[in-house]
Amino acid sequence: MNKVCVIGVGHTDFNSMTPDMEWKEFMYEACQKAYVDAGIDPRKDVDSFITCAEDYYEGFGIFDEFVPDQIGATLRPCGTVCGDGIHGLGNAFMQIKTGLMDIVAIEAHSKVSDLLTFGDVVLFAFDPVFERPISGPVERPNFAGSPSYTKKAPKPLIGSSKETERIHPYFLAGLEMQHYLRKTGTTEEQCAKVVVKNKKNAFRNPYADYEARIRVEDVMESEYMFKPVKSLDIAPTVDGAVCIVLASHKKAKELGVDPIYLSGFGYCSETPWLSTRGMDAGYAKVAAKMAYKMAGIKKPRKEIDIVEVDDKFSYKELQHLESLGLARSGEAAELLEEGELDVKGSLPTNTSGGLLGVGNCLEATGLQKSLEIVTQLRGHAGKRQVPDCEVGLAQSWRGIPTGTGAVAIFTREGR
Amino acid sequence: MAKKQAMPKSAPGTHVSTKDIVNKKIAYTWWEPEVQYSWSVGPAMSRFLEELKNGKIVGRKCRKCRRVIVPPRMFCEHCYGPTDEWVYLKDTGSVETYSISYLDADARRIKEPILVGVVSIDGASPKHGFMHYFGGMKPEELHIGMKVKAVWKPKEEREGSIRDIIYFEPVKKGGRKK
Repeated sequence: MNKVCVIGVGHTDFNSMTPDMEWKEFMYEACQKAYVDAGIDPRKDVDSFITCAEDYYEGFGIFDEFVPDQIGATLRPCGTVCGDGIHGLGNAFMQIKTGLMDIVAIEAHSKVSDLLTFGDVVLFAFDPVFERPISGPVERPNFAGSPSYTKKAPKPLIGSSKETERIHPYFLAGLEMQHYLRKTGTTEEQCAKVVVKNKKNAFRNPYADYEARIRVEDVMESEYMFKPVKSLDIAPTVDGAVCIVLASHKKAKELGVDPIYLSGFGYCSETPWLSTRGMDAGYAKVAAKMAYKMAGIKKPRKEIDIVEVDDKFSYKELQHLESLGLARSGEAAELLEEGELDVKGSLPTNTSGGLLGVGNCLEATGLQKSLEIVTQLRGHAGKRQVPDCEVGLAQSWRGIPTGTGAVAIFTREGR
Repeated sequence: MAKKQAMPKSAPGTHVSTKDIVNKKIAYTWWEPEVQYSWSVGPAMSRFLEELKNGKIVGRKCRKCRRVIVPPRMFCEHCYGPTDEWVYLKDTGSVETYSISYLDADARRIKEPILVGVVSIDGASPKHGFMHYFGGMKPEELHIGMKVKAVWKPKEEREGSIRDIIYFEPVKKGGRKK
């Protein structure tokens, strides 16, 4: 079967707000750079286009319709995946594997600074009968998107006329982190070290927006938001767009590019019942199993040289590493403290700065992670370059309140 | 080969009637999302809206495609290159297509029909223009190809919106009737 290669990547700068550009111009920048990187003309060479977006984040009904112009897809096969960027990569992967398409472009972005009520959109993703009523309307986040706690409900919808304080939907992270710490013996300090590491890594990533030189104490002293989650444990939201161009191996050779291979991907969703589903990122476990099998990876810890895992909250990085089979339960924090997750360690993790350092870019998360892996495997990562990396893993989670995740495996050699 | 149907032909029980709904025998849940957006409009639309305040319509030119695009965009969807320069256009044009709407937004019949359509703006490439309302004419006068001109709000009332143009009216010989 066709091997699938990455032949081009492009991205915008990542910024907490981008009032200078419309979302269309933002997408255009990322895609144009990717096409130039691949050395192709999208109007002739790209067979199919995919955007990954969620209508409520965008503020448009049927966002799909607004996509073609800025990605070069006017009057061409084009579709939107309502999911993370890696879901889009997976779709493109299949289109190429079938032999139907030779070159497919995938774009994902976050223009979350246009969304004034991020918390309300998150809440709107809760089950309307059972789970939404116990949460509630929330204050507008500021432009950096840091969530606020509670606000007075404007008027109770059903039931008593008494005004009640309502909770921010991010409390779910508090529940899960509490569970994770207890189950694995990981401490809050160890989670704080994830924040320190990622924000430090972000200094070496020119497009990251939340780089900072902070100490563990700074994280520990930051306010509790949803105990045990503190304000610095949360990845602040960011605007950013990424485009990746995939091609069949044959086409990549014709174009004369030095490809990185997309050798496996997997995706999975858990039950939406928040109170009964697992709290150990089972979605990552299943998605990784699928991806490992496809890429022929038997011993992930030994075979994988670099990983980018979802760190929308600090503990998520450790939890995901364990779910991906890269550490035993409770071992991720030890690896972190031993320096193994550093750029120079044996399992470099989130060298881009992760979402804690780059910013939470919503549905673009998977592509931001993939972008970093491809950049590293190409040897283009500059000061943060991990030497001799051959196999990299990108993993994403669709964020609260979802139980959906995806994994992509990239390799230097075709498999 | 036909499969055996596992579903019963009709579900057992009683059909729900309007009465059941009126008598609140059906359980519903209700929620009103409080979602707000504020989209940055970017360089192309910023200039366009700003110029509307001045009573002017501005487009962008793509030299490669020899196309004057209005409303303006910073990139050309045909050749995928960036557009090259700003071009001032006239506030006149011709009716590309139209419809006469006898319903309001709630689908109720209205007495005075609303005239709506697409205007190709003079100075822009053919079929480049925007959707707007028509006025200053009887519905039966409106036709494809009709020459029309923008009727602007007074300068002090303009706010940088496409509604700074109230509607397009027919161009009359010897200038516009006031």
